[in-house]
Amino acid sequence: MAPTATDRHGPPAAGRWRPLAGETLTPSGVPSATVAAVSGLTAATAGPEEPLVLARGLVKRFGDFEAVRGIDVEVRRGEAFGFLGPNGAGKTSTMRMIAAVSTVTGGTLRVLGMDPATDGPAIRGRLGVCPQDDTLDSELTVRENLLVYGRFFGLSRAECARRADELLGFVQLTDKVNARVEELSGGLKRRLTIARSLVNEPELLMLDEPTTGLDPQARHLVWDRLFRLKQRGTTLLLTTHYMDEAEQLCDRLVVIDDGVIVAEGSPATLIREHSTREVCELRFEVDDHEQVAAKVSDLAERVEVLPDRVLLYADNGEAVAQAVHERGLSPRGTLVRRSSLEDVFLRLTGRSLVE
Amino acid sequence: MTSTDLRILPRRAGATPAWPLVERNVVVYRRDWVIFVTGFLEPLLYLLSIGVGIEQLVGEFVLPDGRAVSYTEFVAPAMLAASAMNGALFDTTFGVFFKLRYQKVYDGVLATPLRPRDVAMGELAFALMRASLYAVAFVVVMAALGLVSSWWALLAAPAAVLIGFAFGGAGMALTTWMRSWQDFDFITLAILPMFLFSATFFPLERYPGAMQWVVQATPLYQGVVLCRGLSTGALGWDMCVAVAYLLALGSLGLVVASRRFGQLLLR
Repeated sequence: MAPTATDRHGPPAAGRWRPLAGETLTPSGVPSATVAAVSGLTAATAGPEEPLVLARGLVKRFGDFEAVRGIDVEVRRGEAFGFLGPNGAGKTSTMRMIAAVSTVTGGTLRVLGMDPATDGPAIRGRLGVCPQDDTLDSELTVRENLLVYGRFFGLSRAECARRADELLGFVQLTDKVNARVEELSGGLKRRLTIARSLVNEPELLMLDEPTTGLDPQARHLVWDRLFRLKQRGTTLLLTTHYMDEAEQLCDRLVVIDDGVIVAEGSPATLIREHSTREVCELRFEVDDHEQVAAKVSDLAERVEVLPDRVLLYADNGEAVAQAVHERGLSPRGTLVRRSSLEDVFLRLTGRSLVE
Repeated sequence: MTSTDLRILPRRAGATPAWPLVERNVVVYRRDWVIFVTGFLEPLLYLLSIGVGIEQLVGEFVLPDGRAVSYTEFVAPAMLAASAMNGALFDTTFGVFFKLRYQKVYDGVLATPLRPRDVAMGELAFALMRASLYAVAFVVVMAALGLVSSWWALLAAPAAVLIGFAFGGAGMALTTWMRSWQDFDFITLAILPMFLFSATFFPLERYPGAMQWVVQATPLYQGVVLCRGLSTGALGWDMCVAVAYLLALGSLGLVVASRRFGQLLLR
């Protein structure tokens, strides 16, 4: 039987914090055990149609500095939602407010149908948080990190042990069970952090730049695990400044810059609305690409000049490249590619995402 | 026992939200149990050196109720108070600072249903568990060496825990303002004179009038009054003042530390 909203307020008693996975139904009526044991989908106070996160005019100020300047966000159950933006855009501040570990300066915010200002513990009990900096407990072993963390959610020791073993298998850390956290590489630490954030079987998993600082191999493993969680129905909310990450993982995203949302939609929609189908990148042996750009700007729908290259936006990139050569210009490098979120960001802000 | 078996602790762990933090510290310390032993050794060594050597050079002491006791009997309760102070301070100052500033343990903890005040209570509770162990062991040693002269001495152990509560709470609150390890010199600077001059090694009456007021204002003096009254059985109303003082100091520290944790971690 599912607990009511009032059951979830305040600290839980051991063992009855949330229904066991096998006993509950997902909102669609499918037994959650068949969805997956690690799934975050369980009966919830917020109905299927009510968004898990609802922010209206959300503001965060630190003294005189306004980090978040009035943003509207709606995260629906089961989707993977992304905040795409450069460092310092206000992504982390927004995530911390949603995670009920930072006070809201202005606007309204509802998380899982509750107010973070008054229901912080109840909200946090149903969220999984994977912060940008690892906050793993370096005095504990890999497995102890999960056991101890589960206890913070009021789970019984037996349940903690069961979930720890299951999650260590899920993030492929089974051979590191008794290792000290300090011995782990950055990629392994991130995987352990993800496992730890799943120990309470969260309805909403929040990841702040989940692959920043990881090598390509480690990134792909993290992406793979997140993709599996998404398939199992866990709602994901993540921040990133990598366009490929956003394109791979997010169903919907907002582009955030300087504390405000500058665009919103699915990766494909954003690219369609704010960019052309293809891009022709030209690199010349010149100091100033502006001069070159003037000679080719009529060939494309739009031209962006970066310090090291010129971007020509057109639906047929090859044709543009051909026309450039026909004008007698010989770039050192020519690259025709499909538009990406990077181009969307460039269009909207005039700046590159990753500098 | 496996490294993950926590069953030495009470079963109803979920009863208080702060309790899992205590468990966390137990898991860590179980690997480094030697540190526990050293904390008990220091005051014991003081006691032995006084009993074996200094006692012969110093005469007897006359208590407020007119009874005469040996010098060791006079100093022993003060060592008990000092050991409770040190035991509680170690975890709530160095331990808390490390977890707060470097290890970022509380950032992870506060992403769970725990609140800042649960962190403060959990850390203080663990420090007091440690202080309790020292206190009980110390009182047993005192009794074995014939240094107690009253059944009231049974209450000296809980009294020592109360001293730990006062110092632990105050120390944890001050720690939230520490910026670096160097700042801990201020704590040492406060602890050492207190250890030497809080009527630990000689009675309050030896001080000139105004200094007596200063000494009486220190928390360790209040702790010594309490422990000495109980171990010798020479009770007085000043012991009630001491209990109220220590309770107030510890509670104030707990409230301040909780608020500061909130300000530092939930910005």
